[in-house]
Amino acid sequence: MITTENLTKEFNTTLAVDRLTLDVKEGEVFGFLGPNGAGKTTTIRMLISLISPTNGTATVNGFRLGQEDKEIRRTAGILTEAPGLYENLSAQYNLEIYANLNEIKDPKGQVEKYLRMLGLWDRRHDEAGTFSKGMKQKLALSRALLHEPKILFLDEPTAALDPESARLVRDFIAELSKEGRTIFLCTHNLDEADRLCDRIGVFKTHLLVVDSPARMRTQVFGRKVVFHLTRVDEMLANELGELSFVHEAKVVDNKLVLSLDDPEVHNPEIIRLLVGQGAEIQFVGELRRSLEDVYLQLVQNS
Amino acid sequence: MNRVKTIIKKEWAEVFKNRMVLFTIIFIPLVFAALPLIMLGVGGAFEVDDFTSEMPEQFTQMCGAGLTGGECFQVYMVSQFMLLFMLTPLIIPINIAAYSIVGEKTNRSLEPLLATPITTTELLIGKNLAAVIPAVLATWGGFLIYVVGSAIIVKSVDVMRALLDPMWLMAVILLGPLLAILSVNFAIMVSSRVTDPRAAEQISAVIILPVLLIFFAQIAGLFFINSTLILFMAIALLIIDSIMVYLAVRMFQRESILTRWK
Repeated sequence: MITTENLTKEFNTTLAVDRLTLDVKEGEVFGFLGPNGAGKTTTIRMLISLISPTNGTATVNGFRLGQEDKEIRRTAGILTEAPGLYENLSAQYNLEIYANLNEIKDPKGQVEKYLRMLGLWDRRHDEAGTFSKGMKQKLALSRALLHEPKILFLDEPTAALDPESARLVRDFIAELSKEGRTIFLCTHNLDEADRLCDRIGVFKTHLLVVDSPARMRTQVFGRKVVFHLTRVDEMLANELGELSFVHEAKVVDNKLVLSLDDPEVHNPEIIRLLVGQGAEIQFVGELRRSLEDVYLQLVQNS
Repeated sequence: MNRVKTIIKKEWAEVFKNRMVLFTIIFIPLVFAALPLIMLGVGGAFEVDDFTSEMPEQFTQMCGAGLTGGECFQVYMVSQFMLLFMLTPLIIPINIAAYSIVGEKTNRSLEPLLATPITTTELLIGKNLAAVIPAVLATWGGFLIYVVGSAIIVKSVDVMRALLDPMWLMAVILLGPLLAILSVNFAIMVSSRVTDPRAAEQISAVIILPVLLIFFAQIAGLFFINSTLILFMAIALLIIDSIMVYLAVRMFQRESILTRWK
């Protein structure tokens, strides 16, 4: 759905995006993570043909960037970082402008559909400037969807929203994903990316890594299993550390933490060994590293 | 064409909610129509015939034989103010265009707008027409008020004929739109470079200086507007407008505007 090859953008002497090669599949929610100034917004702007790349090629929804820009804009929607609404115009008129610019066949009907879907119908005659941040974001999201784009670029969709509004927007994005739309999501909210995205690309001028959040965790930190025992000692940890499939065994906060390749296969054997040694197992669980840990590890090492 | 219409409607819906812009569109043509009418009223009140000695010789020659000295003075005084009708199409678009372009900047609404299939040309035509149409209508409206007012005030048919000289009709009907186009595109160029609406308005206001210079030059008796000069101005404006439109489109670079505007 979105493919880029060595996509590069330079502003005078500043390299904003460096040889980005990416393949986002149809119906996928792709998280694009990176620190401020990493070039995420520049990438989105290039992909929706607002600015042209210095080098490299890309296709969006099968249309070639730089050659079929109008088609790209016709089939893709964007939620910009700032809602960018006409604040002294009504919510309904804000959307009608975009419905007409996108030459939608039934502009009034389409505007009504999205205003109702996002719970703004009752406030349709109110000026957009009187809306809360969450409502403005919902209105901007409606605007991005009016022409039923197959691809949606979302730049920080929940930034500066209160938790309730953020959740509403997140749930709506999840619904859009279920409809089969391809979503390219730029966010600083790693929890949001973890929940919504099928795959994540960590980006800092160039792409550091692309994978699913789960595999990314494994790749960066490996898999760790925590055994809560009534009593634990270093001797036991050392003994388990000798096993060929245990990469590391240590006692942390009175818990036994083992680093394993394949816990599903090896956990039963470890449990048998522990029981054989007279240990009383209270609880076994996987030590889950947050996506934030993974992200920080990757960005700091880059 | 639909997209151009959408932009025009959007601009008007936005701009006319701004009281300052609305005030400018209504107030300026009214004042500029009132000034020559006041002069007509005042001039007509004088009974003395020998005012010609107060006027430049070139003008008394232009007056012709049909007018008395007092009537000629009436026409002379009003002619000084006719240039105000050429200031209207310059001043009004500055307000509208500067507000509409910089307004997009301050609202940060240009990025989603440019992400639609609209072309830069469609966008600029829309913005041009949204500013030019009210300016031209306000100019013509002001002139119409002046014509109706003078028909009431002026008693002499000869004076009336002199006031409604085809030269002035040509100036208002032909030069009005050309001056408005010049003003809008100058404002678009300025607005593309600055980030503050007030700065945009103030810098764009420079465009009225040439007409003001002509206004004061005529008051000082350096020269008088005639049909040839108006025709020459129309041709010059047509060329300048073409250059200005070209430059405005060139300067309105999506990429630099999106990446430079903060």
